[in-house]
Amino acid sequence: MTTVNLLAYRDPELFARLLRRIIPALEEQVQKLGRRVRIMEVCGTHTVSFSRTGVRQVLADFVELISGPGCPVCVTDQSDIDHMIAYAKRPGTVVATFGDMMQVPGSAASLRRQRAEGADVRVVYSPSQAVDLALENPQKQVVLLGVGFETTAPGVALSLKRAARDGVRNYFVYSVHKLTPPALKALVEDPDHRLDGFLLPGHVSAIIGRRGWTLLELLNQPAVIGGFEPLDLVVSVYRLVQEMKRPVRLVVNNYGRVVREDGNPAAQRLLEETFEAAPARWRGFGMLPQSGLEISETYRAFDARVALPVDRPVTKAVRGCRCGEVVKGKETPLQCRLFGTACTPERPLGPCMVSDEGTCSIYYQYERSHHRDRREEPHEDYALARGWRQPDA
Amino acid sequence: MRIMLSHGDGGSLTHELVAQVFRPVFGDELLEEQGDAAVVPSPSGHLAISTDSFVVQPLEFPGGDIGTLAVAGTVNDLAVSGAVPEYLSVAFVLEEGLEMALLRRIAASLARTAAAAGVRVVAGDTKVVERGKGDGIYVTTTGVGRVPEPGRLGFHRIQPGDHVVVSGGLAEHAVAVLCERAGIRFDPPLRSDCRPLNRMIQDLLAQFRGVRFLRDPTRGGVATTLKEVTLGTGLDIQIEEGRLPVRPEVGGALELLGMEPWYLANEGKVLIVVAPEEAGDVTAFLREYPGQELAAEIGRVSAGHGDLWLKTPYGGRRSLGMLSGAPLPRIC
Repeated sequence: MTTVNLLAYRDPELFARLLRRIIPALEEQVQKLGRRVRIMEVCGTHTVSFSRTGVRQVLADFVELISGPGCPVCVTDQSDIDHMIAYAKRPGTVVATFGDMMQVPGSAASLRRQRAEGADVRVVYSPSQAVDLALENPQKQVVLLGVGFETTAPGVALSLKRAARDGVRNYFVYSVHKLTPPALKALVEDPDHRLDGFLLPGHVSAIIGRRGWTLLELLNQPAVIGGFEPLDLVVSVYRLVQEMKRPVRLVVNNYGRVVREDGNPAAQRLLEETFEAAPARWRGFGMLPQSGLEISETYRAFDARVALPVDRPVTKAVRGCRCGEVVKGKETPLQCRLFGTACTPERPLGPCMVSDEGTCSIYYQYERSHHRDRREEPHEDYALARGWRQPDA
Repeated sequence: MRIMLSHGDGGSLTHELVAQVFRPVFGDELLEEQGDAAVVPSPSGHLAISTDSFVVQPLEFPGGDIGTLAVAGTVNDLAVSGAVPEYLSVAFVLEEGLEMALLRRIAASLARTAAAAGVRVVAGDTKVVERGKGDGIYVTTTGVGRVPEPGRLGFHRIQPGDHVVVSGGLAEHAVAVLCERAGIRFDPPLRSDCRPLNRMIQDLLAQFRGVRFLRDPTRGGVATTLKEVTLGTGLDIQIEEGRLPVRPEVGGALELLGMEPWYLANEGKVLIVVAPEEAGDVTAFLREYPGQELAAEIGRVSAGHGDLWLKTPYGGRRSLGMLSGAPLPRIC
């Protein structure tokens, strides 16, 4: 295995030099389009990286970054959230969940509220801890809330295999796992589609490989797989813009130190053994074909939907919540009337304000003041101010 | 020997505890009088009073323990208010079953830290709670100090153009405690910066008239403290990420933990807002003190809307709010 000096991807001097080289290409594209380039960063971690490093602002004259459906909790449909909360009310049931589900508001309550009222809800850091819980509480049914993308599902797959091997009969998974490529396909096929390209999630790509995105090549969409350090961000944007200029687009792997052409075959095999692709309902998108992971026939005994059904809870939407539009990149959090007023990380009304990967939560943390700053002060031309670009004659 | 419930009942065992554990280490004549209250001579002028409870887990960590922390925390709160700390009262809540040897160590380190800071422990109390109802030791300290120049420091003194100086490397206390708790071991271990700063701060105030505001960036770190300043003054502060001092080993640990140093607690550092012409000298002055070798100018105050900005090394800047959503409990 080769070691990579990660600090090199954060070198400010190298960053400045690269940026000087890249800016003419970005400018050219901006002139051609007559507007800024619209790039969707699919992954919430990218959204955070752009804000946290300030690279969003450095590129702001050339690139409009639009957050995509990259937060698993956020794209989970309200009816699924209500369903999961319903398990917390089921007698004799222990609900095991990753931390960011706790505060997600259901139609009537959240898991945190249920726990305060006496439900047995445990936060776990890995699915195998949920199997441990089942072994420790043989008289109870333990339900793991399987929320996540291609990155989380292999861990859940392992827990299913372990439960089957060890004959654990009181472990169940409520799977709302989702596959990323079908959601991007839906965005591209939307008649209002107005994105110029996609920055693809590095972690998901590590599992599915560059090959996992063939779908985007068939649709001739400019797309780059990128990492999360400042140099990764700026080079990925550059390569994406270069790809836009080509008549035939390929998915570019700009994260070769982590992502392989074929991804992670071991993880893929695990998924194939334990799950099968199925239609799934996404917040904002509705039903998308072959976009979810259902527990396969062999492991059906562990499928909470089949083995441990609960009454279908009543689902109603939060009035004014724009999470559905935000996950599709149709609106920014700043356009939502609840954002930062009625809806805050302390008292979230929608899932995008809960998760650390949620667009609203990230914008709340990083982008609120900028927004005001931009309105009240003349816009500073960063490239010009730093001498990266010559003033127009 | 372990602590029993009757060590806290006020009877013979309580007296024994005081006689064998506390009196030998504190040994102040006012304590020896064993009155219900310490009667101390009163300086004329203004007094500063500060109180703080300490619930840190683990009780002992590299670079300190709950005893050093209980002195440093309260003494530093007084010092940054422009006070000269004089007296301390200490209240212990002990859990039944606590190792007597551990209590002795902590009492000794508390006494040692107070003596080093030149502060007298003049009053104390001990209670014991049932096993499982406490977590070893909780300590509350209350400090009294005199204020030579009331009104010298404060939000009202801060002006646009002032510089912001931090007295040394960030996040050392939080990282030492977190790593100890998570069982992450470094060699040599990451040490907490926990220490009283009153002598340094007295010297600083004596020498530099341009010091306008002091605060110790404990819970919530430098960012939360500076955000309090911007909200309190309506001014903006911009700090530069590239200038924030962080020891390399602390930086490495933060990388592992996925945390940002400006939101993490310090227990032996002070943030200083100072007139621009004195900022360089103040920084050089601070670097002479132990633990403050990395003192640095980190930012500036400007007219604005009460925002705190972090300028990144890549040319952009982002706003920093108060710490929220990532609770780090039981750190002090």
